[in-house]
Amino acid sequence: MNTDTNINNENDTHTPPPSPKSPRPVGGRGRLSRYVSTTNACKLCKPLGACLAFRGIEGTVPYLHGSQGCATYMRRYIISHFNEPIDIASSSLGEKNAIYGGGANLKQGLKNVTDKYRPKMVGIATTCLTETIGDDLNMIVHEYLKEAGETAEAPILVKVSTPSYSGTHMEGFHAAVLSAVETLCRKTLANDRVNILPGFLSPADLRYLKEVMAEFDLEATILPDISETLDGPALDEYQLIPEGGTPIEEIRTMGGAEATIEFGSTISPKESGGEYLEKTYGVENHRLTMPVGVGATDRFFALLETLSGQEIPERYVKARGRLIDSLVDGHKYIFGKRAVLYGEEDLVVGLAGFLAEIGVQPVLCASGGKSGRLREKVLEATNGLCEVDPEAYEDIDFHEIEARAAELEPDLIIGHSKGYALARKLSIPLIRVGFPIHDRVGGQRILHIGHEGAQQLFDLIANAMIQVKQDRSPVGYSYM
Amino acid sequence: MTAQIYEERRNQIHRKGKKPFAIECDKESLAGAVSQRACVFCGSRVVLYPIADAVHLVHGPIGCAVYTWDIRGALSSGPELHRLSFSTDLREKDVIFGGEKKLHDALIELIDRYQPKAAFVYSTCIVGIIGDDLEAVCKKVAAETDIPVLPVQSEGFKGNKRAGYEAACKAMFRLVGTGDLANISRHSINILGDFNLAGEIWLIRDYFARMGVEVVANITGDGRVDDIKRAHGAALNVVQCSGATMTLAEMMKEKYSTPVIRVSYFGIEDMAESLYAVADHFQDEEMLAKAKKIVREELETLLPELKKYRAALTGKKAAIYVGGAFKAFSLVKAFRHLGMDVVMVGSQTGTKEDYRELQEITDDGTIVVDDSNPLELSSFLREKEVDIFVGGVKERPIAYKLGIAFCDHNHERKEMLAGFAGMMNFAREVYGSVMSPVWKLVPRKQSQTTQLGVSEAARIAES
Repeated sequence: MNTDTNINNENDTHTPPPSPKSPRPVGGRGRLSRYVSTTNACKLCKPLGACLAFRGIEGTVPYLHGSQGCATYMRRYIISHFNEPIDIASSSLGEKNAIYGGGANLKQGLKNVTDKYRPKMVGIATTCLTETIGDDLNMIVHEYLKEAGETAEAPILVKVSTPSYSGTHMEGFHAAVLSAVETLCRKTLANDRVNILPGFLSPADLRYLKEVMAEFDLEATILPDISETLDGPALDEYQLIPEGGTPIEEIRTMGGAEATIEFGSTISPKESGGEYLEKTYGVENHRLTMPVGVGATDRFFALLETLSGQEIPERYVKARGRLIDSLVDGHKYIFGKRAVLYGEEDLVVGLAGFLAEIGVQPVLCASGGKSGRLREKVLEATNGLCEVDPEAYEDIDFHEIEARAAELEPDLIIGHSKGYALARKLSIPLIRVGFPIHDRVGGQRILHIGHEGAQQLFDLIANAMIQVKQDRSPVGYSYM
Repeated sequence: MTAQIYEERRNQIHRKGKKPFAIECDKESLAGAVSQRACVFCGSRVVLYPIADAVHLVHGPIGCAVYTWDIRGALSSGPELHRLSFSTDLREKDVIFGGEKKLHDALIELIDRYQPKAAFVYSTCIVGIIGDDLEAVCKKVAAETDIPVLPVQSEGFKGNKRAGYEAACKAMFRLVGTGDLANISRHSINILGDFNLAGEIWLIRDYFARMGVEVVANITGDGRVDDIKRAHGAALNVVQCSGATMTLAEMMKEKYSTPVIRVSYFGIEDMAESLYAVADHFQDEEMLAKAKKIVREELETLLPELKKYRAALTGKKAAIYVGGAFKAFSLVKAFRHLGMDVVMVGSQTGTKEDYRELQEITDDGTIVVDDSNPLELSSFLREKEVDIFVGGVKERPIAYKLGIAFCDHNHERKEMLAGFAGMMNFAREVYGSVMSPVWKLVPRKQSQTTQLGVSEAARIAES
């Protein structure tokens, strides 16, 4: 996480385009102007989320059934955040395939990926093109398997339907997780394991999560797990598929687990892997808000106490104690500050809850997602702690966010790199969280969850506010 | 190593020396091979992107627009509409019932909001399938708003990036010829194929200004709609030969008889020759003298500086993988100035002639490759023990993961690499990456030092 203040920014090469001459609000909702066109979207496309999720499964190559551009654009976008290689294979469809169907290319692509990458699994996601020309993925894959014959090297094929026009990257992410669970899970003997469906967390978050589970002596299946696959060490030899990811054998036994913990409160039940495991295998699903901040982390740890039958390990009791102590030490710097939040709905809900409990007003909570639950969940998470209930908007773009943000006079912005233009325009700090971080190093190392994550986030917010005060001071004390 | 090469791709790789030159190229990418190529839409988008006073509306689902939001380092001296990402963000119901009305309303809304000089409307894969009549909608909106509204036929699946260049040129060609030709000098040119990354076109324009040459239109770096409209008034099209804008030059030659020369602004010789070629075209002794003076003055500062870098870099090995092959020619020469050997060179969309020329200007053993992928690139880098890899964002993690230096020469970069000043920056950047002490810490070097023994390792660490 990094901050930018730009208090004394006199660089005017980034003059904004002329302001709206006469905005034409369409379907005006509350105090927000809405438009037909989308300007600077606050979401990504569905197959990108599927590729990220597949990348978090052991030995898996993400594969896009579509034209070549999709895979290349997504690789570039993901690389720029993680600074890691990510090979996404493609059917590389051309014009004749768009007319006659992409089956032959898919089969050839699967064969080539199998030959060179030797994957344990290929995660096949569709794209706008192949959904619209009506390629029948099930049939093509069925034919492929028949033609290829049974071989020891044959990878497991997991398929997911992800046309960009039917949801954001998060729907794609959850759909890929659900599809992996549906494909791989078998009825198994009951075991003591705990399933965690973390949603889209950073590699640092996932490493933290693993540590927590180990400290509670809980064996966990975390699906997906990009902690190694998208944040690996420097190597001597190029790994076609990086080590790490959720072991496939573990996914197979998720149906026998003691419980599932699913982070995220806005996921639709029919897209939820946790709900599927509960319905199909009777594994109790505990859906929690992403554990960002004190309250949400406490609820997560309370659940772990119940599941493990152990008390919270001392190191986390101490970490919590230090966090509370620091909140007291720094509370005056941030009380009443007004924050604009944006990003994936579940991250926004988590952040809103944290800000509310430390005395920052999340005045605007925005997402390009469209679950229909954002407002309700933000209000639940902030739970009367705010002087004025936060405004929460779904299916919103940065043009709309900017217009409303300017009216709300925020003190800081919390979100990914694409809010930088807004921060620059308003000359207020941007606290970088989530994905993508394209204008700083270390996006993969941002810790959002747990007491430690809250601690880092709090320090950044408090220091950003202190810096604003310091920079604006005519005296410029070095002792605040 | 050879195990990393797909049988189907064997003929797209040539190793200079053993056999006579032969390479296959201009083929569709092999399915499943993780090509580094993009799509038709990408080709159109990169060419038109820097036109700063036009609205660029992507008609399609959100992905295509969002992945191309503010990604190029193309600077503007005025309006910055190009840095915004506009989309019709098609949804399921639009795909079923058609997106024409949404496109119309979005265009009207954006034109009303930003008052642009023109609007480009990009077609995406899905629009090509659902059959929206882009042409008709654009025509209607043009009539309603009284600005040019230009469809770009850039459906992603209809070929590779080069097809996208053509679609972009065809869209621009509709603008050419509609502007006023008053007060254009006899010694006037259009600059085609420079995208003003990090302000490069300003540098090039300055050289031409010093030669007394007027630039009518920048196509497209720091581009303006009104300039493109009067581009047919220029006496010469000077095309940086990436192929991106060649189609436009050819169309202008046919319709307006505008002569064309091909140049490159990367590296010392190519930059100098570009200026001389323009002076030659105008058969103007005074202009040629001025060009020579520019080159002389620039080299007086550049060459002594380069010497320092050359001393450190001599004998190091470079690999190049870029989008269009033209850049590779200049890079091979630029590396030579630094005393470095190019041991691998390839591109996404080169032609047979490009590759023939590349193998002619490189040394024996050099690998020439078309439409490569991470498998091959990583094995070539290791085989050739490369010290620095030049490419774009998608190539960067391959180099870094293996502990190899990298230079970004793609359109995302924020460093100026064209012109004489650009050669200086290039040398600095190569030096700054190759000579970094971090390479001593990476596994590749550590394992080498283990093999060499302790005393040798200590010597390397000290060096």
